[in-house]
Amino acid sequence: MSKLMLGNQAVARGLYEAGVTVVSSYPGTPSTEITEFASKYNADEMYCEWAPNEKVACEVAIGASIAGARSFCAMKHVGLNVAADPLFTASYTGVNGGFVLAVADDPGMHSSQNEQDSRHYAIGAKVPMLEPSDSAECKEYTKLAYEISEQFDTPVILRLTTRVSHSQSTVEECDRVEKALPEYKKDIAKYVMVPANAIKKHVVVEERTLKLTEYAENSGINTVEMNSDEIGVITSGICYQFAKEALGDKASYLKLGMVNPLPVKLIKEFAAKVKTLYVIEELDDVIETHCRKNGIEVKGKELFTLQGEYFQSKIKQVILNEADEFTVLDEAIPVRPPVLCAGCPHRGVFYILKKLGVMVSGDIGCYTLGSAAPLSAIDTTVCMGASVSGLHGFNKGRKGEFEGKSVAVIGDSTFIHSGVTGLINIAYNRSNSTVLILDNSITGMTGHQNNPANGMNIYGDPAAAVNLEALAKAVGINSVRVIDPNNLAETESVIKEELAKDEPSVIIARRPCALLKTVKHKAPFKINPDKCKNCKACMKIGCPALCWGENGVTIDATLCVGCGLCNQMCKFGAIEE
Amino acid sequence: MTNSIMIVGVGGQGTLLASRILGNVLGSAGYDVKVSEVHGMSQRGGSVVTYIKYGEKVYSPVIEKGQADIIVSFEQLEAARWLSSLKKGGTVITNSQKISPMPVITGAAQYPEGLLEKIADKGVNLIAVDALSAANEAGSAKAVNVVLMGVLSKVLKGFDEAAWKKAVEECVPKKVIEINEKAFELGTKLV
Repeated sequence: MSKLMLGNQAVARGLYEAGVTVVSSYPGTPSTEITEFASKYNADEMYCEWAPNEKVACEVAIGASIAGARSFCAMKHVGLNVAADPLFTASYTGVNGGFVLAVADDPGMHSSQNEQDSRHYAIGAKVPMLEPSDSAECKEYTKLAYEISEQFDTPVILRLTTRVSHSQSTVEECDRVEKALPEYKKDIAKYVMVPANAIKKHVVVEERTLKLTEYAENSGINTVEMNSDEIGVITSGICYQFAKEALGDKASYLKLGMVNPLPVKLIKEFAAKVKTLYVIEELDDVIETHCRKNGIEVKGKELFTLQGEYFQSKIKQVILNEADEFTVLDEAIPVRPPVLCAGCPHRGVFYILKKLGVMVSGDIGCYTLGSAAPLSAIDTTVCMGASVSGLHGFNKGRKGEFEGKSVAVIGDSTFIHSGVTGLINIAYNRSNSTVLILDNSITGMTGHQNNPANGMNIYGDPAAAVNLEALAKAVGINSVRVIDPNNLAETESVIKEELAKDEPSVIIARRPCALLKTVKHKAPFKINPDKCKNCKACMKIGCPALCWGENGVTIDATLCVGCGLCNQMCKFGAIEE
Repeated sequence: MTNSIMIVGVGGQGTLLASRILGNVLGSAGYDVKVSEVHGMSQRGGSVVTYIKYGEKVYSPVIEKGQADIIVSFEQLEAARWLSSLKKGGTVITNSQKISPMPVITGAAQYPEGLLEKIADKGVNLIAVDALSAANEAGSAKAVNVVLMGVLSKVLKGFDEAAWKKAVEECVPKKVIEINEKAFELGTKLV
């Protein structure tokens, strides 16, 4: 049956059809829906879980593979930084059951802190990487990846990009093929990577790369489409679709379905058939460098950029010098950046932190939006967990000058991911640092996934929940407080008290995400125009439900969820339930 | 020949669901369809856009400046923001609702006046409707998205109403099917 599917959904379908039995991932845009869709299949056939972080997820998948299962883990590009450690050595051990790791890059940074190109990981770890260009290929390549993994005894990376992951196109569904679980045999030379064994395995890895290069030359995964002998294009993934739309039959194409290892003979033969050869690849010049290294003359990054997404018009303009006509308004259109939702429990914390004027070491999640105006509360955002360890470093770097004037903010899921190790460091190497765990009982920004701290597993079934208070105490933090971030007075006084203490402390700001279906909201608040002095004090919290217009402040009843934060800001009692 | 439709609005207005409904209609008519969505960070009350392309064979899932046949906007300012995506002679369907972005809320910028007139002055086929009132009449302000699909069903020729209704039924949550059926119906009467 043919169905319209997201690329991520098609990967999940591919996992199911390939007979995969173990899936472990950490959410991260744009990869999240792969595991969400996978969890909709029968758990007895294909078990799924949210792991605490990508390293754990990758190691779970490796363990399952060694056990003989076809296994899988998915992550966003920066997640692969976290999972790189097990991946690089799994390349040496190889697999028992097929092991595929999907990584979703984010050219254009729709939802990411950097624009790194995951192809470097495939090169570095010396593992094959496949790159689909639409949903049908997402499914097909996922299944193929398991064949390659088992045939060549290697992990395989499936590389996606935002436009492939988050575009829907048609996919033909097939039946699942169950794989009999192969025997588990203890094999120390294969699975115990001590130097004596790893030295021998490295030789095997290099031989494997040669065999995989042969596969890239001959297997048919890389395809040539001859239309013109004037213009040739070497491309892969979504860029193939952009190039086809831009150039159609005016160019010939070498579409690379496998982006590591790259073929040499195939590229040379293609290059010989066309007058001008372009490499069209988003982000880094991986294919271009490979061509140059092999003495093939190409045009690439001198015409295209290392930044962002390409799209068809850029390619059309660069290669054909053509452009589409369009209309613009002369009017200046105000920007509409993403904001903390109305009723967001993070808002109160950031308002108080701004009011206190403290340095805020930030982290990755919805609460990164606390850096936006008018709250503008956050000083730094680097990566998952960096708020906690970074604060310790900041306080050490300022020789204690900022102790009592600085905090870290980190969400519940991010704290579990990699904040807890930083907290152990604060306790162990003693800095007078205050860490706020913004516990909204969900992994929010990626679209509401359960996590080890909220008491539910991926299927919504009850699960063990990390007790954050007990955990903080267990690692050596004596002062642990819990506050309701929607209570501004309490939030302010507790933060002040903890900052004043001469010891490290943890404050857990606990209130569930306002978008959770289980959260009951109050009726919207109203402005009483007789009492309102238009002092704009309520506007300081940056709530999207509050609007300033000709008639002063109004509350948008379709957005307001009655959290009462604005009410606490008003000295005149003008905001009423 | 590829046809291109953009659905634009404010994160949280249900543009994704609208694009699923449209994708369902186009797919069931046998076209090759691509729908490109935005998830994650950009959803949180920010400007959001979904691209829907269909034809015999669709390559790029993205619509750029001067390439959209129809833009369906859930909010005035967003219609103005994305106007440059419209092809010459294209149609803009917009909800007349105004939602202030944060720079307007904080007073750092003004919400431009007379946007609908200014768009019409550019020689664009403009269809402005009060989808919010229709959605409220149907029973929920959240049904703005389905009201606008009702409007689109009258503008986009060549698809029968039964296919649209089936798509609405298949795409909206079961608990709110009745509200959405009514919202779709009211949308069809706005043009």
